[in-house]
Amino acid sequence: MKDRKQLSVSAIKDGTVIDHIPAKSLFKVIDILGLDHIEKMMTFGTNLESKKLGLKGIMKLSDVFFAEDDLNRIALVAPDVKVNIIRDYEVVEKRLVEIPEKVEGIVKCVNPVCITNNEEIKTKFELVSRSPLGLKCHYCEKITDASNMVIISSS
Amino acid sequence: MIGKSLVSIIDYTKDEYLKILDLAAKFEQQPKQKLLEGYVVATLFFEPSTRTRLSFESAVNQLGGKIIGFSDIGTTSVTKGETLNDTIKIVCNYCDLIVMRHPLEGSARYASEVSSVPVVNAGDGANQHPTQTLLDMYSIQKTQERLDDVNIFMVGDLKYGRTVHSLLMAMSQFRTTFHFISPDELKMPDEYKQHLDTLGLKYYEHKDFTDIIAEADILYMTRVQKERFSDPIEYERVKNVYILKNEMLDNTKDNLKVLHPFPRVNEIKEDVDDNMKAYYFTQARNGVYTRQAIITSILDLNK
Repeated sequence: MKDRKQLSVSAIKDGTVIDHIPAKSLFKVIDILGLDHIEKMMTFGTNLESKKLGLKGIMKLSDVFFAEDDLNRIALVAPDVKVNIIRDYEVVEKRLVEIPEKVEGIVKCVNPVCITNNEEIKTKFELVSRSPLGLKCHYCEKITDASNMVIISSS
Repeated sequence: MIGKSLVSIIDYTKDEYLKILDLAAKFEQQPKQKLLEGYVVATLFFEPSTRTRLSFESAVNQLGGKIIGFSDIGTTSVTKGETLNDTIKIVCNYCDLIVMRHPLEGSARYASEVSSVPVVNAGDGANQHPTQTLLDMYSIQKTQERLDDVNIFMVGDLKYGRTVHSLLMAMSQFRTTFHFISPDELKMPDEYKQHLDTLGLKYYEHKDFTDIIAEADILYMTRVQKERFSDPIEYERVKNVYILKNEMLDNTKDNLKVLHPFPRVNEIKEDVDDNMKAYYFTQARNGVYTRQAIITSILDLNK
């Protein structure tokens, strides 16, 4: 038998593993966390089978750690992720994420005549409802819901 | 409220509403005082408005203040592409208070955050117009001699009308009963009805008001605009339902007053104007006193 070349996604020594990302949200999570600007070893997997999500994504980020507030930002697109913090190959902490009360600079306001869509102004929302998701614009006071939510690219 | 911007009607508490209304009554007694002598108010109107701008400018002028500003962006740096941020940061060096109208929603909140002087929102797109709401409340209080236990009938475009939304939010601080009369396409949005539910306030929805008008203390008319309808046939069908005619006021309460934020097109027939119950022209005059109360409160000039 011919030797198959196999790419092994090995365990990481130190860093963060984010699992149970809905496959369709993987690139949004990369964007929100600004991972394309971090020069560390990272592995992304997507469209992996998952009993819970159908298709899921996973990411293993070596030597990358997040503040809780930064990590909570991904809850907008991936509310059910499981986050493991790894130290010396061991899981030292498990975290869940939750949508923060104030959401700044991630989501575009749904209202085309909102000032934030017409001038260079960082968006700001107040979380008015978790389920269904409702974000109230600090400026125009309109509600952006999950079906209208557009993530602002960090790049 | 001293030194604070007024952007949205919910920026003020119930006590602050009452304080403004009390002061407005004093200004009605004596609208010409020298309280604003030495003060400069900038009126920045990024989109045209006749009544609101003149009302603010009259309010300031009668108190001895000076006005700078523009009513047409054609003559300003805005046409050269200047950002709102830059315009506000420059203008706040020249004045003690900014009154601003702008077509974009949220522009007033943003201006209040970058300005070193207080900003009074004179309308940001379809979002907020808090001084209109305070003058509406003043008109209600003055004509009904109370703010609690008033039956307010809101008629017309309740979906897009910012004046009815703001008035609802403000009057929900009092024991108000609301009646919403609108075509299906222009119904009061659920979020406002939920707000009333949370507070335990009563509201009723109707499609026509001819039969129920007898219960009203305040009839708050708004424009039903053709462009708001997705179906032009629907507009043709309902357009005459929301027009107030003089004879409709025959069997109404003696204390009933008809309010309208103006401009009107045809939703109040001109034969209503001479009826004692038509209050919309006096309502506009109340705007001057209310704005005098707001500006002098923010600048802390009422000793």
